[in-house]
Amino acid sequence: MIRIDSVTKRYPDGTVAVDRLSLEIPDRSITVLVGPSGCGKTTTLRMINRMVEPTEGTILLDGEDIQGQPVTTLRRSMGYVIQNAGLFQHRTIVDNIATVPRMLGWGKQRARERAAELMERVGLDTALAKRYPYQLSGGQQQRVGVARALAADPPVLLMDEPFSAVDPVVRKGLQDELLRLQDELGKTIVFVTHDIDEAIKLGTMVAVLREGGRLAQYAPPAELLSAPADGFVEDFLGADRGIRRLSFFASAELDLTTDAVVPADATAERIAAVKAPHLLVTDPDGRPLGWAERTGLTAGDIATDRLLPFGRPFVPGTDSLRVALDCAVLSPTGWAVAVDGGGRVTGVVSQQTIGEAIRAAHTESRADKAGAGVAE
Amino acid sequence: MNILDFGNAFFSDSAHWHGYDGIPQRFWEHVQYSLLALAVAAAIGLPVGLLTGHTGRGGNALALIANAARALPSFGLLVLAVLSIGFGLLPVMIPLVVLAVPPILVTTYEAVRSVDPSPVDAARGMGMHESRILLQVELPVALPLILSGLRSAAIQIVSTATIAAYVSLGGLGRYIVDGLYQRDYEKVVGGATLVAVLALITLAVFWAAGRFAVSPGVRRR
Repeated sequence: MIRIDSVTKRYPDGTVAVDRLSLEIPDRSITVLVGPSGCGKTTTLRMINRMVEPTEGTILLDGEDIQGQPVTTLRRSMGYVIQNAGLFQHRTIVDNIATVPRMLGWGKQRARERAAELMERVGLDTALAKRYPYQLSGGQQQRVGVARALAADPPVLLMDEPFSAVDPVVRKGLQDELLRLQDELGKTIVFVTHDIDEAIKLGTMVAVLREGGRLAQYAPPAELLSAPADGFVEDFLGADRGIRRLSFFASAELDLTTDAVVPADATAERIAAVKAPHLLVTDPDGRPLGWAERTGLTAGDIATDRLLPFGRPFVPGTDSLRVALDCAVLSPTGWAVAVDGGGRVTGVVSQQTIGEAIRAAHTESRADKAGAGVAE
Repeated sequence: MNILDFGNAFFSDSAHWHGYDGIPQRFWEHVQYSLLALAVAAAIGLPVGLLTGHTGRGGNALALIANAARALPSFGLLVLAVLSIGFGLLPVMIPLVVLAVPPILVTTYEAVRSVDPSPVDAARGMGMHESRILLQVELPVALPLILSGLRSAAIQIVSTATIAAYVSLGGLGRYIVDGLYQRDYEKVVGGATLVAVLALITLAVFWAAGRFAVSPGVRRR
């Protein structure tokens, strides 16, 4: 565990970058430092590997003061990923990744094998091994940066706005990749960003810092969204935090109905049994085709070319309540279509039912918190 | 007679191709003076330029000294050196080295300064020692610019090394100085042509060195 204990960084000109900051960074999870520019988030990160030395306070790594060991030893035990990757442009990709193992005295062959292994792990084609950084896209370069940081298998990974310089689509890919990688590797990651959405997506814990380097709130993302500590955090979270919070609620327990789901060759009795004003018509395999009005339907021969589009379906259990609600809002009938992994309809659910599920989830999380409060 | 005729007459005279005053001998002497001066200048300019570039300190002082050194006339310096030290190789080396250090020093400093700071930050953050950062991260990227500084210094040395002949040393300047004194313009033109040829060879050598020493990742092809 990394423990930041009442750390202050004051520059000779009197500017205070970090002000009596205390944080406990849990092992094997992603802790995000987020805040506006000038909030000291990068300074805090750089104090962990002593790129910046604190003016006051101590930082403990697994209970030991980080000042206690040589700075190079400390840094080699922590992966470091920066914006724009910072690759060595005179070295090939494989040699870039092998940098730290080589510094630690590994043989060239072993270091290269390890580098090749890491390229696969971060989703890079090993055919790129002999290329030079300038021949790679920004997103690929950043993957190399991550692979290089992981090369010597350090327990800690420090990431300083690693994905800010790539376009939104690539950034989303890199974020998903990081989460997948973290599931496999379980590193202690400290991640700096100015993007609150990135913080909420990636963080197990999120520390919101304000100008002058003071901690505004330190909480799991769902709690941040439901109970911002003050006006600053609330402003920083921005609009629709209620909607965004739904990302943390599962859609698995939604009450789906199959009443209104009918195959294209449905009988008159089947159609007559539907009480809802719309029917979801499926193909023989059970895949959704579209919505039909109940009135004026002919049994056994529903005109599939005149159906209303069913919009985007969601997968209960995989997708969150936010996705389910989004599907319902986008659907012309106000009903969201649920499908299984194979795209077959498992049921439909109305906006109203989703709304009830949201209220239930809120009540439950409040009860959990109250319960936890009592336990403490 | 025009210049081409002078040159032609000089190079076609077989007497000019051997002996202690022959072209191979004078050419070789010139190469030796030039290499020695370049080596001494590089031994001064490169380390100082690399260190100041890496730390970012002393850049202003450096520019001041370099500009002052550039303002010194080589010939005047030669005369002063001879008057205070006497004849020999040392008084010739002084103006050549003084001439060559500023371009090496200033371009090396600038080359290291202009290296993208993010790989340096990454290297430091992964626990690389400062000396390794300089030699393995900054130097390879700064190399094309550093070589260009060495190249312009080398060219200036090659053309200025002719002054060695004024103080009774050899080199290609011998033909120019003697030719002017003897009003033997064939010799003057021949000597000047040889100096130009050596300058071109120097360019070619640096081009080859660049191809060989600079990483394809930095050359970007």
